[in-house]
Amino acid sequence: MTFLQAKRLSISFGGVRAIDDVSLAVEPGLVFSIIGPNGAGKTTLFNVFSGLYVPHQGRVRFAGEDITGMSPHRLARRGLSRTFQNLQIFFRMTAVENVMVGRHRHEATGILSELLHLPAVARQNRRTREAARAALGRVGLKTEAERPAGSLPYGALKRLEIARALASEPMVLLLDEPAAGCNPVETQELEGVIRSIVKDGVTVVLVEHDMRLVMNISDRIHVLANGRTLAEGSAAEIRSNPAVVEAYLGVHGAHEAARAHG
Amino acid sequence: MRALVTHRLAALAPVAAIIVALPAFFPSAYYYRVAALVLIFALAAVGLNLLMGFAGQVSLGHAGFLGIGGYVVAIGPTYFALPSWLCIVGGAVVSGVVAFVVGRPILRLKGHYLAVATLGFGVLVAIVLTNEAAWTGGPDGMSVPRLVLFEWRVRGSDTWYWVAGASFLVGAVLALNLIDSPTGRALRAIHDSEIASSVLAIDVARKKLTVFVVSAVYASVAGSYLALFNGHVTPDIAGFLRSIELVAMVVLGGMGSIAGSLVGAAVIVVLPQTLTALHDYEHMVLGLLLMVFMIFLRRGVVPSLAALAGRPA
Amino acid sequence: MAEFLQFFFSGLTVGAIYALVALGFTLIYNASDVINFAQGEFVMLGGMTTVFLGLAGVPLPLAALVAVIATVAVGLALHRFAIEPARGASAVTLIMITIGASIFLRGAAQVVFDKRFHGLPHLFGTEPIRLGGAAILPQSLVVLVGAACVVVLLWLFIDRTLLGKAVIATAANRLAARLVGINTGRIVGLSFAVSAAIGAVAGLLVTPIALTSYDVGTLLALKGFAAAMLGGIGSALGAVVGGLLLGMFEAFSAGYVSSKYKDAVAFLVILAVLFAMPQGLLGRGRVERV
Repeated sequence: MTFLQAKRLSISFGGVRAIDDVSLAVEPGLVFSIIGPNGAGKTTLFNVFSGLYVPHQGRVRFAGEDITGMSPHRLARRGLSRTFQNLQIFFRMTAVENVMVGRHRHEATGILSELLHLPAVARQNRRTREAARAALGRVGLKTEAERPAGSLPYGALKRLEIARALASEPMVLLLDEPAAGCNPVETQELEGVIRSIVKDGVTVVLVEHDMRLVMNISDRIHVLANGRTLAEGSAAEIRSNPAVVEAYLGVHGAHEAARAHG
Repeated sequence: MRALVTHRLAALAPVAAIIVALPAFFPSAYYYRVAALVLIFALAAVGLNLLMGFAGQVSLGHAGFLGIGGYVVAIGPTYFALPSWLCIVGGAVVSGVVAFVVGRPILRLKGHYLAVATLGFGVLVAIVLTNEAAWTGGPDGMSVPRLVLFEWRVRGSDTWYWVAGASFLVGAVLALNLIDSPTGRALRAIHDSEIASSVLAIDVARKKLTVFVVSAVYASVAGSYLALFNGHVTPDIAGFLRSIELVAMVVLGGMGSIAGSLVGAAVIVVLPQTLTALHDYEHMVLGLLLMVFMIFLRRGVVPSLAALAGRPA
Repeated sequence: MAEFLQFFFSGLTVGAIYALVALGFTLIYNASDVINFAQGEFVMLGGMTTVFLGLAGVPLPLAALVAVIATVAVGLALHRFAIEPARGASAVTLIMITIGASIFLRGAAQVVFDKRFHGLPHLFGTEPIRLGGAAILPQSLVVLVGAACVVVLLWLFIDRTLLGKAVIATAANRLAARLVGINTGRIVGLSFAVSAAIGAVAGLLVTPIALTSYDVGTLLALKGFAAAMLGGIGSALGAVVGGLLLGMFEAFSAGYVSSKYKDAVAFLVILAVLFAMPQGLLGRGRVERV
């Protein structure tokens, strides 16, 4: 049973086919990775999945429903969440406030009750804050809760975005290059975080360049190049696929990948 | 004790104290009058601050809502024999509806497009108010029957000082309540990243519209008060310069600081009064203030002072 | 028919002024992404300075020249003291700064000059020329020809001189322009200077017909901006087309619909353009990357 499915997606920008006839299917509860050289269309694919772009051709299905072209906030209400390659942190808010925004999906809002700050609103604020702190704890940022997000280092911000996405209790989490700019220690910690997320039953779709992380953690890998599908398979299959090695992994990348499983 | 100090309403306690204590220093009714005007404009500024300082939008035509509030409270009693207090509410309703209708298309715009569209809206309101002389009395405006509540004639600068003071405090409390709520957090999130907000299940368009309507209602009530206080209203109340003054109040006082709205209003309202000898230089000073603050002190007075003291505003 | 021609020519005349204001907007916007609300004040300064110098006894041709130079100086000062220090600020902040500058200049004009309306002598007398039943002031033709000359001169400058190419380069990609050695700060300053000159000339051309006073700038700026938006902000040709079209819309709606709401036309145009086609008639659309 597929959870998230792309059927023959295509999208062009000013004459360039960013994604060309791409189909893939993500099973629930697994880690599905999308890899490929820069410019292959990975983030564009994420943008289509999360409703930021409308594909020119093809459909997207999520949990049995056709969600093609649905706006991002409605997709979020259905349990689809994502992080961003170029960090979309709320820099003027504190870390815990950032994550509290992630709880928005589960909060009741009403302009009148909020203006009057009825007891229900105050109670909800408390619950939201507690849930936010818990999410911060999962990514190891509990001590930074009250710090303004703008003062946190890059690696912490990447984890903050994950905590924020987690706070919405998604069914599917799209992670866009979470390990970019992270050192090996941070990447190791990140791996642990992703594993714990999967253990909770969240389906993770990952876009990554770090081959060790990808090979360690992925149940299935989809390779994109020039907007088209190059290959799909298990980690072992992809590692030994000559077309993939030539187009993307290269000799060094293949060694990295091999070391991951060895 | 700490809970009391960091409570979201803590900033208002000193403000309330000042409002209560200040009249002890007023030598004459004139001071009551100026202070009442400050408080009325501060109310409008609080609403605009929600829109600009927290939600990160911009409105260069907000005086249009001052105008709607001011004229409904003039036209209602004059032509329809409606009680003034009802017209304050009525003006707020009309402003809210206008904001809802106009806001939907306008708030899809961003940056300078949004700025100019709101500017256009404000000027159009002023033009309509000037031209429909049969209803509005044209460029010279019309007189506004005084507010009467349960046979109590609300008149006199001192009375209006307390009315305006109480209204400002109520408005400030409501605004602070809103900020400390899911919608408030959503607005602040929208300010920093609309994309991330939408991906976190925030209906960005709807939230922007909500805060636009709320800020319009604040301005409308302030406009009604202005008209009732002065006993007269002219189309200038909705003019471009008035809109810029409102924005200047928000910017000077501090975007995102409710207490700052009061400071900003105080500066903009009191300045021309202190410059009576230099009345002709009023515009030069306003323009200069605007430029200096937008170039060097973008955060405004209160947040800058708070940063110096090491505390959030 | 006579009526139609009358409206056509008055629309063309006022449209030519809007076109010049819009051109000034476009020049500055292209070089620096700033919407300069003080553009209208440049027009006001051109007319008012000439008038007052003339009243002080200076021969008018010299007064006009000095007025243009003085306005250019104001434009450069605006750039140097208000825009440059705020480089990198958000679009809205920059608009607010230019609005503040416009209010400041208006207030200064009030003090330095006065609050009354003033005119300048028509260049070729006030005897109207009869064309197809319509009565056209010679000054109208002066405005049209003058505006056309400005446009042509500007085009020659941009297209035929090295400095003009530098302006285009800065407009296209500021970083790249700097990397090839163009002093973009000076180029932006130049764009302010040229815009100020264009505005001042527009003021000179139109003051005989429309009179001038300390506060004509605000409405002119807003209408000039409407014209620039209509034509497509960022397109010089669009500025001219937009200006002429706006002038026509105004004249015809004032003539056939309601003269009371003449000023509202520009704002309705702004709103219509923003909602229906934000890039205007000739502007380019923008692609946003996430």
